[in-house]
Amino acid sequence: MTETDVKVVYKRPLGFTDRTTHYCPGCTHGVAHRLIAEVLEEMGELKNTIGVAPVGCAVFAYNYFNFDFVEAAHGRAPAMATGIKRTLPTKTVFTYQGDGDLASMGMGEIIAAAARGEQITVIFINNTNYGMTGGQMAPTTLPGQKTSSSPLGRDVETQGYPIRTAELLATLDGAAYVARRTLHDVRGIRLAKRAIRTAFEVQKQGLGFSMVELLSICPTNWGMNTENSRNWLAEHMLPYYPVGDYKVSTAVSEMKIGGN
Amino acid sequence: MALELIKGNIAIAEAAMRAGLISYFGYPITPQTELLEHLSARMPELGRAFVQAESELGAINMVYGAACTGLRTMTSSSSPGVSLMQEGLSYISGTELPVVIVDVVRGGPGLGNIAPSQADYTQLVHGGGHGEYHLIVLAPASVQEAVDLTGMAFDIAEKYRMVVCLLLDGSLGQMMEPVELPEFKPVRTTPPAWAVGSPDSKERVVMTSINIDPPTQERFNVKMMTRWQEVEKNEVRYKGYYLEDAEYVVVGFGTAGRIALSAVRAAREQGLKIGLLRPISLSPFPTKAVDELADRVKGFLVVEMSNGQMLDDITSIVARRVPVEFYGRMGGMVPYPDEIASAINDLVQGEHDVDVDARGKWLAKMRELVGTGE
Repeated sequence: MTETDVKVVYKRPLGFTDRTTHYCPGCTHGVAHRLIAEVLEEMGELKNTIGVAPVGCAVFAYNYFNFDFVEAAHGRAPAMATGIKRTLPTKTVFTYQGDGDLASMGMGEIIAAAARGEQITVIFINNTNYGMTGGQMAPTTLPGQKTSSSPLGRDVETQGYPIRTAELLATLDGAAYVARRTLHDVRGIRLAKRAIRTAFEVQKQGLGFSMVELLSICPTNWGMNTENSRNWLAEHMLPYYPVGDYKVSTAVSEMKIGGN
Repeated sequence: MALELIKGNIAIAEAAMRAGLISYFGYPITPQTELLEHLSARMPELGRAFVQAESELGAINMVYGAACTGLRTMTSSSSPGVSLMQEGLSYISGTELPVVIVDVVRGGPGLGNIAPSQADYTQLVHGGGHGEYHLIVLAPASVQEAVDLTGMAFDIAEKYRMVVCLLLDGSLGQMMEPVELPEFKPVRTTPPAWAVGSPDSKERVVMTSINIDPPTQERFNVKMMTRWQEVEKNEVRYKGYYLEDAEYVVVGFGTAGRIALSAVRAAREQGLKIGLLRPISLSPFPTKAVDELADRVKGFLVVEMSNGQMLDDITSIVARRVPVEFYGRMGGMVPYPDEIASAINDLVQGEHDVDVDARGKWLAKMRELVGTGE
């Protein structure tokens, strides 16, 4: 008999509660949650973190993360996170927001928080629609895209154009790190995790505001299966919302990440 | 006792710091701005947090976050800004958090003007935001009383984990008076066990106003209402002047109450047996005090710097036992003692009709006095 080294390569992150999520099958919220939990565990920050949940599909995010959490009013998560972080500056504070929450209702709060260089991290889920209320048009809905409130497809003449949030926030001096990643394939997920790690490191080292926008799929409201959703994201979202680093301040580019 | 001559807004800011305020979030709006300006210099001096928010919405939600840590936080604004904060006040109440807010009320509706008013009574005392909740509302009538109530507001907010609002009209915010400021209290910097970020909590803490299961929400609302009964039992505050032998009683709060006191004193000099009831807690309201007076006096005169927002509460308590008359000024106008004295004379010499349409009578008088602008 030969001895075999047993190595755990995949397990439930310590940052998760023992609870099944309410997310639809195929939804990438679960992937995004897992990446955050893994990163905070790897950084040893689980006991030092306070999350801010949004209004939208992730309204119950606090049920799944195993650390302190608050639940914000629609769009106001960056303001709430500001209040927590300014009161307890040594805590790691992050918001988890969807596109209706962040880029429509809460555009004022997110821009102001980024401009102030607020030492918080924002994880922004862009799935081009309002998931929780049943798939209405969002600020991120693509031109021509059909939703339950743009049944003929988004008409830019009357309904305007999608907002590219990462590009917008990158123009602000207070933003230290702004990146867009995608969750539609394995490579994208790996790169997303690294970006999330960088974003939290930026906060830990006090370098300024950080945000990672994550392109996500919404099979239920898009009316597609998971595979078609992933293909739709690649075909339609990636050209309009290119992945990349939109803001890396000098301090962030010189930052050393411990352990990696 | 060292008295200092200080403006109302600044005195409140200083009193809040001395009460252990650890974070402040606000937005400039007249006639409240000096409060924010003062803290913008003083809070960083003492290593405490100050943020000028992007809006009143931003400010109240920063306060919401800060309050989740259980540490002393506040905001201040004036009427249009407080309208914007109503969303946050509902959420904060639904999360059972201690918060102090200051409303330095100005003339409205809409943009209105920057002159003194009391027309935020309804939006603070009778709601404003959605759902079933109450605010504790305190109305000072002098800068010293504002200072004293500021310190007390933090204690009450923490005792019940509720929002306490200081309601004062613009003139109190702007007026300079000699005051004695309290000593600095020790500042709590570690969250209590019920709050987020606490080293003392045994399990993780989640703070939310959501109860997606209706029976759970109803149970929560029953709990909130039960707590409110406690507040009504313990936190009613008012001041009575010349009430012992009063035949008629003037009711007014804040600056209107203070001006009414001059008119009441003048009436006493004429030999009229007039008293004054000045509610300090507008919510919970001094219902019992009014109720007991209604059994023994011949009539009431309600004086407000609004269209009679408190009048409806007095009318409902008095319940047609004796007549309730009204005199008010609106839109940023402040009554002179003579105007109130004249209203007192009308009450004493009037027909004593319990079915009097007090607001209608007053409005007819106002059309004569100031016109309708048409």
